[in-house]
Amino acid sequence: MNAPEADIQQAIDDPRLQLAIYTATGRLIDHRANVVSAEALPHYQDLRSEAHAIKKHTIENLDYYLEQLESNVIAHGGKVVYCRTGQEAADFVLDLAKKRGVHMLVKSKSMTSEEIHFNERLEEHQLEAVETDLGEYILQLAHQRPYHIVAPALHLTRYDVADVFTKELGVENEVVIEKQTKIARNVLRRKFLDAGIGVSGANFLIADSGAIVVVENEGNARLSTSVPKIHIAIAGIEKAIPRAQDLAVFLNLLGRSATGQPLTVYTSFLSGPRRENEIDGPDEFYLLLLDNGRTKLLADPVKRQSLYCIRCGACLNHCPVYRKIGGHNYPWVYSGPIGAIITPQFHGVTSDTWLPFASSLCGACAEVCPVKIEIPKVLLKLREEVTEARRKSDSDGLERFAFQLFAWIATHPKIYLLLASLGSIFFPLTPKIGPLKKWASQRTLPEPAKQSFHQWWAARRPKS
Amino acid sequence: MTARDQIFGDIRKALKRAAGEPPLFEVAPLAAPALRIPQMDRNLYADLFVQKFESLGGTSFRVRNTSAVVPAIAELLVQKHAVASNSPFLRKCGVTGLVQVHAGFTDRDQLKEACAAADIGITSVDYALAATGSFVMLSSPNEARLISLLPPAHIAIVPRSRLLANLDELLSILPRPADQTSSMVLITGPSRTADIEQILVRGVHGPGEIYAVVVDEE
Repeated sequence: MNAPEADIQQAIDDPRLQLAIYTATGRLIDHRANVVSAEALPHYQDLRSEAHAIKKHTIENLDYYLEQLESNVIAHGGKVVYCRTGQEAADFVLDLAKKRGVHMLVKSKSMTSEEIHFNERLEEHQLEAVETDLGEYILQLAHQRPYHIVAPALHLTRYDVADVFTKELGVENEVVIEKQTKIARNVLRRKFLDAGIGVSGANFLIADSGAIVVVENEGNARLSTSVPKIHIAIAGIEKAIPRAQDLAVFLNLLGRSATGQPLTVYTSFLSGPRRENEIDGPDEFYLLLLDNGRTKLLADPVKRQSLYCIRCGACLNHCPVYRKIGGHNYPWVYSGPIGAIITPQFHGVTSDTWLPFASSLCGACAEVCPVKIEIPKVLLKLREEVTEARRKSDSDGLERFAFQLFAWIATHPKIYLLLASLGSIFFPLTPKIGPLKKWASQRTLPEPAKQSFHQWWAARRPKS
Repeated sequence: MTARDQIFGDIRKALKRAAGEPPLFEVAPLAAPALRIPQMDRNLYADLFVQKFESLGGTSFRVRNTSAVVPAIAELLVQKHAVASNSPFLRKCGVTGLVQVHAGFTDRDQLKEACAAADIGITSVDYALAATGSFVMLSSPNEARLISLLPPAHIAIVPRSRLLANLDELLSILPRPADQTSSMVLITGPSRTADIEQILVRGVHGPGEIYAVVVDEE
């Protein structure tokens, strides 16, 4: 697919949207900067190196840690379900809901479930899945996908939210943000109390404990995982970390990088269903471990680091491209620099060939990445692969013809000289006409020399 | 082939590893866990905790002993219905004996109903973290999950002896929390969101008001 140029232009030309993106990402940049400064967190750079090393070790021994995770989840009374695809994950949930007579489930924010179109798959079978994170809930009502990994409704204003609520919930038009939040709280509170299943994502899967870690600010993830009698967690296999103690590294980085919080409001360590003597909590716990293309990223030693991502969104906030074109112009749920490197790897390099090129390689993303993913390096590797695939597929006949033509001209000196002298006359015009106009509008082209080397040499040669 | 077999097969093929092979440390070493516990006077933990907790939007009280707890929170309970956990410390403080306070739940459904209707949830804590102003709560017969979650306000009675420096110290004391409980939660400030225009709003789904009563002597 080619870049959605018209949509991108529309986003850039929309002053209200530009302001919304610029302000929100700007705030997130400032919040992060305050808590990772040398005064606030002297060992920040050490933490990044440690996080990178732990992720590298885990990913390179992933089968070992997944088996350990699995046996520890089972030891705590939970069940592990492996899913090759989103469909397998949805089928499992549909089947379980049918067996338990559940018609409605509540969901806390999970990019992994967005990735597999979880809600849509369930709703096709009349199983209602209610998003409970405020931003996600607004987007579900508005039938939109997340604009940003951690701030899903970043592009909407209070007036947009008022319209959505009036249209979908039938409430009076309400533009005060506190009151909008209250409306959502009241509607969703009933859902939490009635839901038969709660679905969450997982920020980390702890192999030595068989536990999942979920971080959040609203309390909706705690409610989703504590009130219903069944808790299902959906996570990509790459979320594994070896030990609970490694969280000292990751939790000190995640909240700071995402929203500038040393810790998010709620950090839940959850393992299995409620224990025998515990008063509340779910009776059943299922951990759905999803592949959905992740194993394809493992073979290449450079590209596999894309799986280290802890989804903090810092690379989006700092990316000059994301900040102009916004989240919805990326072809998949994962936007920004991390989206640009994982989308082609999940979907194949030939599907969105423009994506690895939609970057100036400025390196801001790599500089802020808490797990030190070398995003520009992976982008370059992907560019190489896209170009190679193009060459092989021979789809770009024009480019191939151009090079063949050049080869022929360059090996015929008389014709070369003729065209070169014509070129020095016509070249200055090319940026103003034809297909190069757009390309040249952002670039300064060198002036052709008044005299070619051949002419200069001929003039200097002694006339003996 | 089952999904499990295929996923493990694909992983091992990509990584060139054999089934049952132990982790390799040569190429990608795994260092000992990095825990950073600041060296500071334990007597200062309470001050730091209170400072951090209040900067998050919490309200705190420092009291000398257990008998001072009820007077400290009495005003908060006027005309309110509260649910309290089964923590022995709350009983010792006299909280569970108050008329406005409903305690002693052992049934999940009854607890859920009561918490959904209550104005305030009162709990103790297993630990509290000074560096971040966090409560640490482990689910147990003494502490249910929903009391600190469903009511719009949460009061935690914090024995000063349970204060730790930070998350790293907690993980050094509890290297594997899952061995003890199905749920350990760190609560750092009131429930909040900034999902609409990045404007901070408290009390989305969890309690929007939180109170800490730090008790010097148990």
